[in-house]
Amino acid sequence: MADTHTMDIKRIRADFPVLDVEVKPGVKLVYLDSGATSQKPVQVIERMNQYYRAENANIHRGVHKLAEQATEDYEGARGKIAKFINAAKSKEIVFTRNATESVNLVAHTWGRSNLQAGDVVVLTEMEHHANLVPWQMLANERGIRLEFIPVTEGGVLDMSALPGLLELKPKLVSFTAMSNVLGTITPVAEIVKAAHAAGALAMVDGAQSVPHLPTDVQALDIDFLVFSSHKMLGPTGLGVLYGKEALLEAMPPFMGGGDMIKRVKLREFSTAGVPHKFEAGTPAIAEVIGLGAAVDYLNEIGMEAIAAHDRELTAYALERLEEVPGVWIFGPGIEHKSSNASFTLKGAHPHDVAEILNRHGVATRAGHHCAMPVHEKFGVPATTRASFYLYNTKEEIDTLVEALYQVKEIFK
Amino acid sequence: MDDLYRELIIDRYQNPRFSGTLDPHTHSYEDDNPVCGDHIRIDLRVDDKDVVTEAKFTGEGCSISQASADLLMEKITGMPVAEVRTLAKQDILDLLGIELGPVRLKCALLSLKVLKGGVYGLDEVMSLDELAES
Ligand SMILES: Cc1ncc(COP(=O)(O)O)c(C=O)c1O
Repeated sequence: MADTHTMDIKRIRADFPVLDVEVKPGVKLVYLDSGATSQKPVQVIERMNQYYRAENANIHRGVHKLAEQATEDYEGARGKIAKFINAAKSKEIVFTRNATESVNLVAHTWGRSNLQAGDVVVLTEMEHHANLVPWQMLANERGIRLEFIPVTEGGVLDMSALPGLLELKPKLVSFTAMSNVLGTITPVAEIVKAAHAAGALAMVDGAQSVPHLPTDVQALDIDFLVFSSHKMLGPTGLGVLYGKEALLEAMPPFMGGGDMIKRVKLREFSTAGVPHKFEAGTPAIAEVIGLGAAVDYLNEIGMEAIAAHDRELTAYALERLEEVPGVWIFGPGIEHKSSNASFTLKGAHPHDVAEILNRHGVATRAGHHCAMPVHEKFGVPATTRASFYLYNTKEEIDTLVEALYQVKEIFK
Repeated sequence: MDDLYRELIIDRYQNPRFSGTLDPHTHSYEDDNPVCGDHIRIDLRVDDKDVVTEAKFTGEGCSISQASADLLMEKITGMPVAEVRTLAKQDILDLLGIELGPVRLKCALLSLKVLKGGVYGLDEVMSLDELAES
């Protein structure tokens, strides 16, 4: 296993201009909110700048030099992203606006052409609203039935419930690989295998896992994987849907318009092949090229090293937070989680905690983190979440803990 | 030490004077701030002269939302409903005695929103955004 000594954190931090920002005079930003969105290295910012300064053109529709170059760079980035998750083919990568849109795309196209009233879709109790509401909408619209793998007291999936749920013969099992609230890493390979054995497809919400853990869609035999560029050093406005080629081929298009067609007559059209069938209109060209640069950056450091670093920081954060009287940590221990620590502090509301941390430059997130059901399950309306990434340090976690003592002082 | 967390606010948050429910009541209304999940319910007793004789709240939320609810209940006890209806953003800020940024302003205004929902009836309730601009 790679260890963090292979990572030069100082050098990495120098690549992220925002880490030099002072939130007020003399108080440096301590950015512990990468679970919401990651910061961007100069390599990504500069790459997008360069595109706008010297390469800007639309793609797939021009023969001039810049248009050809832009098309090549756009499709080249698709290839990099395919390789990053070990997809068999570039065309299995579809660009969307974000992970949320990727889920909606699958619910809308695959869901509407494959699910009838009474069909079962299995989710989990720890889903982000992005992998919950689109299925609820389909349930409202056509009466599909939603079932949920429960979350245990310890904050992991209750795998003993899975066989019973699979007896309902679901058409799809869709679940997160890493909870954005509990930090729980779920047993993806095991769930996918069980889903397939029961005749279901398996879709994975990789919005949190893809930025933090190595991902191999072929080894895991995942049917659909969704993730967002902005959580993995890339720009906002761009999401990814990976789908096995045969599945994507069989799905109807999502939105209609330019680029997704082969031929159009006044009263009919035929669709382009995958992935263009799902990319109607001018896509986020600069963003796709930017995500390509982000993937290069992640590869250069190495996902194994990043995973080890994130895990070490998380372990340290859990240890330090546990020392603080009145702190209650949400979710499982380090053996089942990485990259974030959500907690409550007795006597102080998470919103107040985050506000006071902010005065010390520490950026965290307070609230339900777009996962209200899992908060309800544990009887807490909100938590404060500190989340970690490759540029964070143990010293920053020390700053968090010191600031928490200040919160306690105010709410004593 | 800190304007936002001045003693008054921490005190009202930790030891609210008007927390609870009223049974029977003449008005009861509850609502959430969808952004942060804060929740407040307000019960009122209004007499036949249209004066608020008692006001209580229950809720879950940050110090700003809970302290402003408590201060608001105090302010409206004994107040004619006609006057309650005229309460606006500035009245809440005066009660708290602090300036608030746009996010925390909505925390502070949740109780006013719920109160207005209770005394006006559902149809005329303003959204938190509208209140923040009032
Ligand atoms: C687990 C998980 N799924 C889905 C999403 C949705 O991502 P986006 O808002 O980029 O669509 C998030 C982002 O917060 C997430 O953490």
